[in-house]
Amino acid sequence: MEFAQERHVLVVFPHPDDEAFGVSGTIATYIKRGTPVTYACLTLGEMGRNLGNPPFATRESLPHIRKQELLASAKAMGLTDLRMMGLRDKTVEFEDDEEMVGMMAKLIEETNPSLVITFYPNYAVHPDHEATARAVVRAVRRMDVALRPKLYGLAFANNTMEKLGEPDIIHDIQPAREQKMGAMRAHISQTAWMLEEMDKRLEAGEPEAENWFTYERFYTYRWNEDFEDTF
Amino acid sequence: MEQVHVEKLQELLNSFADKDVYLHLETTNGAYASHFNENVFNAGAFIRNIVVKYELGKVAGDSPHRVGLKLPHGWVYAQGITHFELDEHGRLLMAGHDQAGKLAVALQISETPFTY
Repeated sequence: MEFAQERHVLVVFPHPDDEAFGVSGTIATYIKRGTPVTYACLTLGEMGRNLGNPPFATRESLPHIRKQELLASAKAMGLTDLRMMGLRDKTVEFEDDEEMVGMMAKLIEETNPSLVITFYPNYAVHPDHEATARAVVRAVRRMDVALRPKLYGLAFANNTMEKLGEPDIIHDIQPAREQKMGAMRAHISQTAWMLEEMDKRLEAGEPEAENWFTYERFYTYRWNEDFEDTF
Repeated sequence: MEQVHVEKLQELLNSFADKDVYLHLETTNGAYASHFNENVFNAGAFIRNIVVKYELGKVAGDSPHRVGLKLPHGWVYAQGITHFELDEHGRLLMAGHDQAGKLAVALQISETPFTY
């Protein structure tokens, strides 16, 4: 599937490294084409459990490390508009819901995106992912239908295929392979174990590992099956 | 961080006794625990920058250790503590890392507030 032409792409996720696995190939591809991309990352992953074995980080030093990793990931993707929104990991769902919608509305107003990418509500597993997705959907829902940007959601809950079926947006990201690899490696404090495993699988030529670097898949948000009636 | 050395940690716990200190206490098995295994009941608790004054702090047992703080009107304890350090800001950081190195519990004590 060809990438659609976009005016501006806004990506909103709660954790540094959320972008790496699911959308870094897409981000890098848009940037290569000269499409401006903004990535708003709500937290610094302060509550991450991977601190190294033996530990190289503490609960208190982790955010500093992850901030550097996020900057490195942005560099790997060629991204220049990175916004760190200052929330705390694992507390996003406890923030005031209206303020969260306001944060997203402001991002949309400032960047005027034709495409917004976030998680798909109810299929995003982590409470921070869900809270982020809800806030983005609500902000877009409040816009005039004619002015709404397209909305793509990442979904990976165990029941995704059963409930949502096959993703309708499939990006071939092979030309952005190096950038995606760079983004994934940038978040080394969180991805070290996974990358080790992935390298082995890539070497063994396992198609599933190769998949990370072939396609990125999204679901266009289904306004006719909205996750709530109103907010 | 280094593995818990009981005498060293005990000495550090003593040094924070009878003072107003900020506390961080956290237990977690990760946000994805029941995504990867539906039989896991995912429970955890988190508290940060609560001020307490303990009269007695004690490290108990073999590794993974328990650490308990006796307050004038209550208790704080953490189970599964494997590592500790006094960081560059003079904060006592204790943590329990599981077999894979992932953090499962943290207990931290500081005379100044932890960041947000």
